[in-house]
Order: sequence, then structure tokens, then C-alpha cells
Amino acid sequence: MSEVMLEVRELTTKYITRYQEDVYAVDHVSLKVEAGKSLGIAGESGCGKSTLALSMMGYYFPPLHYTSGEIIIDGRNISGMDPDDVRKSILGTEIAYIPQSAMNALNPTRKIINFIEDVYQAHDQNKTKQEIYELATDCCDILGLPPEVLQKYPVELSGGMAQRTVIAVSVILFPQILIADEPTSALDVTSQKMVIKMLKNLMENGIIKSMIFITHELPLLYNVTDDIMVMYAGQIVEQGTSKEAVFDPLHPYAKGLMGSIIVPESGLRDVKLTAIPGVPPNLKDPPSGCRFAERCKFVRPECKAISVGMHDIGGGRAYRCILSEKELRNLYQMEADQNGR
Amino acid sequence: MADEKKLILSASGLTKVFGFGRQKTVAVDHVDINLYEGEVVSIVGESGSGKTTLAKLLLGLIKVTEGDIYFQGKKRDIRTRKKKREYWKNIQAIFQDPYSSYNIFNKIDAVLLDCIRMRGDRKLPQAKKVELMAEACSFVNLKFEELTNKYPFELSGGQMQRLMIARIFLLKPKILLADEPTSMIDACSRATILDMLMQLRDEIGMTIIFITHDIGLAYYVSDKVFIMERGKFVESGSADDVILHPKEAYTQRLISDVPKIYEEWDLSTVEYSS
Repeated sequence: MSEVMLEVRELTTKYITRYQEDVYAVDHVSLKVEAGKSLGIAGESGCGKSTLALSMMGYYFPPLHYTSGEIIIDGRNISGMDPDDVRKSILGTEIAYIPQSAMNALNPTRKIINFIEDVYQAHDQNKTKQEIYELATDCCDILGLPPEVLQKYPVELSGGMAQRTVIAVSVILFPQILIADEPTSALDVTSQKMVIKMLKNLMENGIIKSMIFITHELPLLYNVTDDIMVMYAGQIVEQGTSKEAVFDPLHPYAKGLMGSIIVPESGLRDVKLTAIPGVPPNLKDPPSGCRFAERCKFVRPECKAISVGMHDIGGGRAYRCILSEKELRNLYQMEADQNGR
Repeated sequence: MADEKKLILSASGLTKVFGFGRQKTVAVDHVDINLYEGEVVSIVGESGSGKTTLAKLLLGLIKVTEGDIYFQGKKRDIRTRKKKREYWKNIQAIFQDPYSSYNIFNKIDAVLLDCIRMRGDRKLPQAKKVELMAEACSFVNLKFEELTNKYPFELSGGQMQRLMIARIFLLKPKILLADEPTSMIDACSRATILDMLMQLRDEIGMTIIFITHDIGLAYYVSDKVFIMERGKFVESGSADDVILHPKEAYTQRLISDVPKIYEEWDLSTVEYSS
């Protein structure tokens, strides 16, 4: 078994609103990422994907608060650490984060090279400007970025270029793990492909060891990551390899999500899209039973009464539903037969 | 033409130039387009290819530099404010960003009442107006009772986009221009929105023009697809022809860039560029 780069055990984090209400955006989430592997996290807007990313990095600034659970990055337990220490000793060197909007991440009044100098300074690495410039040029070379970008201001870059620059800046201290939070959702397909190629190159060159990729675009996730986790209302509901999660989902929510995929391939024009009715529960006051029960097609009376744990069915696959694998498969089969008629 | 469908909106030699002299940018370059009643077409292109400018030209939001637009066989005349309003009864739009589509000072009732006024039903009794509004809301799976006295920003992105469709339901325009209607909302709500639009098309026989960079969506919904590059249409035809058997190199590249699930996604062809 290969080395575990990042392990999260039963992590729970909350937001405290200005009315002093607790909103548990990440609720008992456990995950593990091995070296050389990439993990994808899918889910609809507001399900806690981005909060999970921030929590995994130990980036707890109000209104986000740590509640319980453990985060182990490369053998080092960072749970409960002071966020300012985390920023200095973990972020950038151990774990790096790529935000959704690259333009907002860059300071518009500074050149990219100044920005990189700031990164080194913030991590107390004494290097002269010349050294930093050489390192940055090398980094650009590896990543296929023209070195001229270093002398540019963020406004001079196009959207795709800015996103790739942000990636280059975030890996400049050679972190082990990279968390990419919807890095391509503001880009068109061509720039998206460039960004993905760059991320894959980073993995292949061994600059980063593992990657966590967050998006709601499933066809993209399927092509990028080894494993996929589906999140719903702060909880993980489905876990498996990309192939299993996309073609053979077990949880009814994951099944619905996979039914909403649109790709330009022959035969898919006649497939009816499935939309899941209703809205996710308000996390201020989550239902005590299964959180998906309100919207589930196969809901049973007991679903709303008892809280449901993850069913581990081996081989890294797990799902959160009271029905057994066989029952679920039968239900899906019946549904498919009905639609076929 | 042997086709029985009636031409509703057409443009010939449509051109829009921004700036002049050395900073001249030709955003839309001599575009010809014919739209028939009840048709769903998509205009697909990368960022900066002039899709949205074309949409704005068709809507009459910006001035045409050169070329003509014909609406129902006659040359479009929107020179006065009154005529413009008359034109907008027939052509309506849904924009990309639902958050900026509403006047933030207006409550949702006001948004919908405005539509009723626009239809010319200003003098209807209040009860009838409420009934109309409730009907429109229930069409898009929203509850009117819950929405009264709320402001648009109190809704989620998906709900706002649905409210936009409720407006369209009230106005029943002949043409709907949907400019990236689903790019800001997640995949799950996307299916709902598309379903509603298609249902509207079937019910009132509206022509829908999708402006999008999502090729999957274009393939799924449209009868006809236009591929736009640098202000020109490089390829057009039925969705199956264009998307599954593209002829132009540009279209082929665009389609190969979309992640797919049944075919291998080839990353080796990527060339970095600015």
C-alpha cells in the first residue's frame, strides 16, 4: 500500500452566522488520498465542497470554525492548529489551493514576479530577487508558460492564462498536495483543456504528489481524477472510482446527478435528462434522518426517522443509504424498465 | 423554399464594429442568419467570438453598424421608444447572470406585474393579476405565496433563473434569446431549466436561440447549430451533422476539447497559447 498523503477523519466544521446560529457545512467527513492519486469531489452549489477544501487545509478564519475530527497531512496532525501557524508552515509548502476565480486571487497593482517574491517572503525563505527570478523562470518552463508573464500585471492576462499563472504561483514552493476548487468553471473549453493538461503534467512530473479536484461538472471530473466522492448537504453520500461513480452510482442522489450529464456524443440526444425535484435542506436545521429523504424517489417512512451511516461495500466503495446494494440495484432496474416502455 | 415553416427573424450582412481607426474591432462580421418559427437553434463559440454582440444586435440593444434585420418579413423598425417596446413584446431574453438581471429595488410582485402591464393587461382586476402571476410561478415550480414581499436577491441562482422563465411564460414572446442561461448554475438545476424552456417551446411555439459555449447543451437541445469564430459563422447545419461530423478544423478542435464520458479525452493535442 502506498503512502497516505492526506487523511481526514470524521471532520466537522461549522459557520457561525451573525445571529449566533451554527451551520454545520461539513459534517463527519472522512477521506483519504494516497500518493500519486487524485480525488474528485462533486456536488451541487452550497453542498459544502469549498468549505471542505478550506477545512482540509486548516484554514479556519471566522466565520468558519473547527469543531471536531482530525486532519493528517503527510503524517502531521494539523487539527486544532492556529490558522496563522498553518498559513506559515503548511499552506504553500505542504498543501496548496487554487481558487475558482484567478483574477480575484491576483493583486491587480503588482506584477506576477512581485507576487512570487511575496510568497517567498511570507514563508521566511531568504532568497535574493535574482534567485527568485531564476526559480520562477524554471517553474514557467516546466509548466509551459512563457516567462514573459512574470513581468506582466494580472489585467494583461487572459482568463485561461491568469488561471495557469495562479497554478504556477501556487506550486512554486513545491507542495505535496494541490486542492483545485473549480479551477475551470469560468473558462471556455479550450482554456479548460490547457489547465487540465497542466494539472496532469504536475502530477506526472512529480511536482505534486496528490490532487483534490472540486467541481460540479461530472464529465470533466470523470476525465481528470481517479476517485470521485459525491457530497450532499455537508455529507459524503457516494464514494468510488470515477468509473463506478459515473456509470454505476448507488446512492439515489448520485444516480440523479449522473442523469443530468450532457455531453456531445452520439445517442445522448434522445436520453431524457433527469432533474431532481426540490431543494437541499437548510443546514441551519438539518433533518434528523437521511438528508436526501425529502427529494428521494425511493423514500421509505424509516428514512426520515433514523440517521444513516456510510455503508462500506469494499474496494473503496461506500454509500449513505439504508437500502442494501441489491435493493437499490433492483429499484434502478425497475425504473429503467418503466421508462423503456 | 419548400420548407413550410415561416421565417420569423432574419438578418443579412449584419456587422458590428466597435471603435474606429487603429482600434477598430469587428465583433460581428457580415453574418447571415434565418430563424424559423418554433425552431431551437444554438450559436456556439469561444469567449470573444462575438456571440453576445450578435445577441444584442438581434435584441436591438446596440446599434447595427451595417446590414439589415427583418422581423416577420418586414424590415425591423425600432427607431422610436414606442416601436422598440412593441418589438420587445415579440423578442425577450434570459441572461447569463441571474443576479444582475433584476432591479434590486423591485420586489418580485413588481417584476411580474411589469410583465402583465407589458402585455397590455394593465386594467385587469387585481385578483385576476394575482391569478396570472400564481399560474406563471407554478409553471416554474415556484410558490407565488412564498415569493410575495421578497426581493430577487433573497432567492437562489436557480430560483432567479426560473423566475426569469416565469416572466417569459407571462409575456409569451415569439422569440426567446437565451444567453448562456445555465452557465452560472449547477448541473442539477440545469436539467430543470432546460426542461422548462423546451416545454414552453412546445406550448406556445416559440423560437429559442441559445447562445452558449457548452457544446453538450447545444447538441442536446437544438435543431440547428451555428459555430461562430471571430464574428463569422464557420459552420452551420443540423445538430447531428455539426456536432457528430464536424467538417471545419475549428469545429473539430472545439468539439475535441469537450470532456466526454464514452470516448477518450485526448490531452496530448493541447498546445499552450496565450
